[in-house]
Amino acid sequence: MIGLFSYLIFFLIIALIFGVAVLGLNLQWGFTGLFNAGVVGFMAVGGYATAIMIGREREAVVGGFELPFVIGLGGGMIASGIAALIVGLATLRLREEYLAVATFGIAVTIQLVALNAEWLTGGTLGLIGLPRPLQSSIEGPLAYNSFYLAMVIAIVAVAYIGLERMVRSPWGRVLKAIREDETAAASLGKNPARIRLEAFVLGSMLMGLAGGLYVGFIGYVGPFDFQPIVTFQIWAMLIIGGSANNRGALLGAALVWGIWTSSGYVISKLVPATYQTQGGAFQVILIGLLLVLILLYRPRGLIGEEEHVSHHARPTATGSPLTSTDGSSAATDGSSTATDSPSTATGSSLAARDS
Amino acid sequence: MILQHLADGILTGAIVSLGAIGLSLTMRILKFANFSHAELLTFGAYAAMVFLAFTKAMDGVLGGSLGPFSFGLSLVVATVLAGGLTALAALAIDRLVFARLRHRAGHMTLVFASFGVALLLRNLILIGFGPDPYYYSRELQMAIRLPFDVLVLPDQIFVLALTIVLVIALHLFLTRTRAGIAMRGVAESPSLASACGIDVDAVIRWTWILGGVGAAVAGVLYGLTVQLRPELGFSLLLPLFAAVILGGTGSMYGAVIGGLIVGLAENLSVMVIPASYKPAIPFLLILLILYIKPQGLFGEAK
Repeated sequence: MIGLFSYLIFFLIIALIFGVAVLGLNLQWGFTGLFNAGVVGFMAVGGYATAIMIGREREAVVGGFELPFVIGLGGGMIASGIAALIVGLATLRLREEYLAVATFGIAVTIQLVALNAEWLTGGTLGLIGLPRPLQSSIEGPLAYNSFYLAMVIAIVAVAYIGLERMVRSPWGRVLKAIREDETAAASLGKNPARIRLEAFVLGSMLMGLAGGLYVGFIGYVGPFDFQPIVTFQIWAMLIIGGSANNRGALLGAALVWGIWTSSGYVISKLVPATYQTQGGAFQVILIGLLLVLILLYRPRGLIGEEEHVSHHARPTATGSPLTSTDGSSAATDGSSTATDSPSTATGSSLAARDS
Repeated sequence: MILQHLADGILTGAIVSLGAIGLSLTMRILKFANFSHAELLTFGAYAAMVFLAFTKAMDGVLGGSLGPFSFGLSLVVATVLAGGLTALAALAIDRLVFARLRHRAGHMTLVFASFGVALLLRNLILIGFGPDPYYYSRELQMAIRLPFDVLVLPDQIFVLALTIVLVIALHLFLTRTRAGIAMRGVAESPSLASACGIDVDAVIRWTWILGGVGAAVAGVLYGLTVQLRPELGFSLLLPLFAAVILGGTGSMYGAVIGGLIVGLAENLSVMVIPASYKPAIPFLLILLILYIKPQGLFGEAK
């Protein structure tokens, strides 16, 4: 019983750390329509930057500043934000898919640096023996994990409440306006490129925070924790949980991580040891199929975006899309906006999210 | 030394160019960045390996290795068959996935779907063939010594010659045949082309066929000069995109030049930075071109 309970705590810590990254992706894709194909790269930057700041001094490696964990987390977020700025400034004014290509590219590059820049990242060995926050003052693994879970819950709560307030603020409404129709938003005097950049950098900083939390929890950072497959997992969490809904993002994180770990457990029992690489491939295909099923049969995800109606709009008698606010069918609410501007890329990005 | 890197760069670039032509065509005609295109290279390379097992049995008829090359007619026949199968696979993927999304969803959904397709193809190949590398031939080749002590393998010269032939053939197709002219028309303006009576669906089919064949040949050439791995395509994805963006999205000749630039830059970079960072070069090229000339070298400004 204790074993199960302590596993549950461990599971929730990892799921919620993923949840922080999913919240970041939700700000980028869900609310702003920005396609980040290199989520794991921004997590890695945050993780490594945190590790370098909190780590102990060691030979032949830069860093080891032994700074407090909180400062390490902040440094990780800033480093991820800078990485996002470099990519964002180059691509956010241009065609939408250039951001996808460039984010994919930066993730590949960051993995190369992690693997090869031994003076900074420790190379393939990574940076080991990182001090975990308050490690000395809390006795026993169960108590420590409970403390870490409480800390992660607090951070997730702050991030969640902050994001909820932001997306409901005037700034958040501009985000959605840009996602729906960039030209219309620009004609109202908004600066789409700038606001996109803000959302992109902020989302990437959350991914960096997730990386830092992960590193703080396991007390180690290495290149093999930040494989490209993590990007796919986080996308699956967001789409399955429900894009443009922060609760959906967190639900998706727990659900997909649950399916991933349990299927991994089953496969490791069924598949002989020599075929373990192929076993991992089955896991990917399983999540991929789940993703396709969700896209086909429940395109809004488990809990999708809430419908918003302007306070100034009065419900009219019949036929107005404003009256059917319960979002009963994905097809109608997706097409109602998409058909307004089928030719513009941004107009269709809502449909993209919905289908 | 620098001449050797130049020679290697041109040879790598030739393979990237072949793959990038198909990617550029899909970006131009289907209007989305197809992240699964690189997996068609893997598919083609492995398909040729399977066909090779059969055609090898006919070596009695086809003859053994050709002259100085490490392969014989059996690989040529296998490559032709693999090109056909890859084109069919590309058409099937379009029918099953992209066609369903084309009209009812935004083009970023297509990009997302192409990610899924890429992952699926890569993992199916991993399950089918395992993670270990394969080779078409274990035969040793004697390198040819060119002037200035530049060493190249006969296979590499074959790669370059075949790429040049295919690019010329594609140029003739696009400029001299009705199907090719229709493709260019749809690339310019789908609605105008459609109003002129061009069958847009047929053009889309041609796009996948050309892309699939080009990808398969590029995959085989990569397998011939390097090795076959399930990550073959994945490792070429960034170079392919770099070639397309450098050349200017949608410009076939741009993609060819872009591929050569990527190959040259990758191989020359080892003179300044450690070779282990070579895969980052395409990303740096992408950033550079997007900062200074976002429409690419041969693209038209919007």
